[in-house]
Amino acid sequence: MKNMIQESFERTRLRREIWNRTMVCILFLCAVCVLFILFDILGHLIVQGISSLNVNFFTRLPRAVGEQGGGMANTIVGTFVLLVLAVCVGVPVGLGSGIYLSEYAHQRFAQTVRFMTDVMNGVPSIVFGIFAYVVCVLPMKTFSAVSGGFALGIMMIPIITRTSEQFMRMVPNQLREAGLALGVPQWRVTVDIVLPSAMGGIMTGIMVALARVAGETAPLLFTAFGNRYFSHSLTEPIAALPLQVFDYAISPFDDWHRQAWAGAIVLITVVFAINLFASFFVARRNKFLSGR
Amino acid sequence: MQIYTPKPSQAPTQPLKKEDSFQDIQIQVKNLNFFYGPRLSLKNICIGIPSRCVVALIGPSGCGKSTLIRTFNRMNDLIPGTRMEGEILVEGANIYTKETDVVALRREVGMVFQKSTPFPKTIYENVAYGLRLIGISDKKVLNLIVEKCLRRAALWDEVKDHLNRSALSLSGGQQQRLCIARALAVEPKIILMDEPCSALDPIATSRIEELIDSLKSEYTIVVVTHNMQQAARVSDKTAFIMQGELVEFNTTSIFFTKPSNKVTEDYITGRFG
Amino acid sequence: MFKDKVIELKHQLIQDASLVEEMIAKSIKGLLDGKEEMLLEVMNTEEPKVNDYDRAIDELCVQLIAQYEPVARDLRMVIMMIKMNKDLERMADHAVNISESSLFLITHPVLGHYDDLKLMGENAVRMLKDGINAFVNEDVHLAMSVRERDNVVDDAGDKILKDLTELMRTKKDSIPRCLQLMRIAHNLERIADLSTNIAEEVIYIVEGRDVKHHPNVNP
Repeated sequence: MKNMIQESFERTRLRREIWNRTMVCILFLCAVCVLFILFDILGHLIVQGISSLNVNFFTRLPRAVGEQGGGMANTIVGTFVLLVLAVCVGVPVGLGSGIYLSEYAHQRFAQTVRFMTDVMNGVPSIVFGIFAYVVCVLPMKTFSAVSGGFALGIMMIPIITRTSEQFMRMVPNQLREAGLALGVPQWRVTVDIVLPSAMGGIMTGIMVALARVAGETAPLLFTAFGNRYFSHSLTEPIAALPLQVFDYAISPFDDWHRQAWAGAIVLITVVFAINLFASFFVARRNKFLSGR
Repeated sequence: MQIYTPKPSQAPTQPLKKEDSFQDIQIQVKNLNFFYGPRLSLKNICIGIPSRCVVALIGPSGCGKSTLIRTFNRMNDLIPGTRMEGEILVEGANIYTKETDVVALRREVGMVFQKSTPFPKTIYENVAYGLRLIGISDKKVLNLIVEKCLRRAALWDEVKDHLNRSALSLSGGQQQRLCIARALAVEPKIILMDEPCSALDPIATSRIEELIDSLKSEYTIVVVTHNMQQAARVSDKTAFIMQGELVEFNTTSIFFTKPSNKVTEDYITGRFG
Repeated sequence: MFKDKVIELKHQLIQDASLVEEMIAKSIKGLLDGKEEMLLEVMNTEEPKVNDYDRAIDELCVQLIAQYEPVARDLRMVIMMIKMNKDLERMADHAVNISESSLFLITHPVLGHYDDLKLMGENAVRMLKDGINAFVNEDVHLAMSVRERDNVVDDAGDKILKDLTELMRTKKDSIPRCLQLMRIAHNLERIADLSTNIAEEVIYIVEGRDVKHHPNVNP
């Protein structure tokens, strides 16, 4: 019996090894694929757009077809304005609901809200655009920066709610009890102890949400609308990078196409910078907490 | 070299000081029943904890010793579905009335937990936090109290040069002593400790035990521990709780040499549990 | 915690020892000076005090072991203190025996040989004193010297035994007194032995080695 097992083991050794190697190879190729796609995108962007990426691009307004030296200054500023507005809407509401869910809500209510945020997360971005159009643009009777920021802001809410709730739940209960046992009122425990403990995670959540909405085009089509000039008021239509890239990309002009590529490079850089900032922030905080 | 010289005969000091000279009772528990939902987890507990001494609560896990200690500062209020009957008097006043100011009670009855729980602040701010909360913001006063409490908790010498580092950078034992210093800052009369050493190594444990011993001259200390030897080492009186019932409450030296209850004897000699 | 309790225990033991020392000295002095009240004091007031110490120290040792689970040197110390306590209690009993015999002797004509007894008594007391000193200072050399001095007392005892045997053979009416004298000598010898035990216990505490029943152990 023992011999038989030993023999069978020896006989199949080669086959097992071949299988093993093949599978590892396939998995490796998949990983390479991921890298390849990312680098291919970046490569395309750079090859096509780098020629338009110059000082003019950052300082000038768009020009008419055929005119040389147009830029996207207004769209870059517009994107930042929109992101600031989005943060103003998304962070207070998202963080507030996260705190409520983690610290105060009853289990059943919290579960319901949690499910709803997941659903909200899956809603296509264009739907948020339509929603903002209905509640913001129609009453104001104009496309505006405010409505664009509102659309992006409500898109951020579910992500921020979920992450902040999750990270605050990870704060050990004993820490809260320690605060309460010291005679600290509950709201102070939340603000002074729980929030700072979860701050690293919460910031990451906010940055992820920001990075996600920074590249959104669809919600802005019905809200911010785009603008070929600097806008002077938050109630005017405002330009945004993704919108401009979209506009230029579907145009039939080579010059605009190049500008679109350059815009895409800037967009990706902004998103990348946000992510970098988030991890820097978290790292610094961890460094303080661990005392090294 | 110390030369020993016989002294004229004198009456032998009475067979050692009798520990039963404890003056007043600081925490009086009367007929306490405690429920987790429908489950009765403490049954008719009556116990009087004398002031300025160390009382250890021991018993098998799940016996209710933590639940009991947490009734002394109403920490169980936070757990939904719990209910209690009976009375607990702290310094003569029932703490389970509608008028009881829980925040004030908890300032009087400090607590240290199993896992050290430093707040995500600097070492200094951890101790100063409780003081700021009651409106002390004078930097000089804060400095004074912070130093006093850190010294009292035998931590000052180790941290005095980096008070502005995160409290989380300290070792486990240091963190636990910081938590004790933090509790001392608001000047409690009673300190509850829920298994304060169970996450610490032997050296850190013995430091905490020495600290407990030195604190008992000023504070009443109630320690929950699953470590019988620790109870024997640090406490003046030991209470043994099993399945929610108080089996024996006795002077520690008697408890561990001549327990009056057979069940106690079986437990401490390791016959079960 | 443990340290404080050990200090307290040591303190009690030293007080006990000084009391016992005094009892031995008194029981001999009472004989030499013919002071009955001294002997009665040893028997009636001091012996009960030693008994109290005996109980107190025993209980304290048991508590120490139960509460602090001492190990290594601490354990040796506590266990040896239990033994020393026992030794001291026995010595007190011997002192009472001596006092009893002395009480008999001081009511009868003096027979002599008091110088030998005095010498034995002084030696025995010094051995006890040095044994306790060795314990207090953890002085192994002193403890060793106590062991060696046991022979001196033994020899003196042998001498008294021989002399008294001779006396009893020649003078029949001295036999009761001789027997009492022999009893005293024997008790002093036992006290010296117990002092030796204490010295050996000190060596065990300090060095952890057992030198009992080895006549030629060097420090």
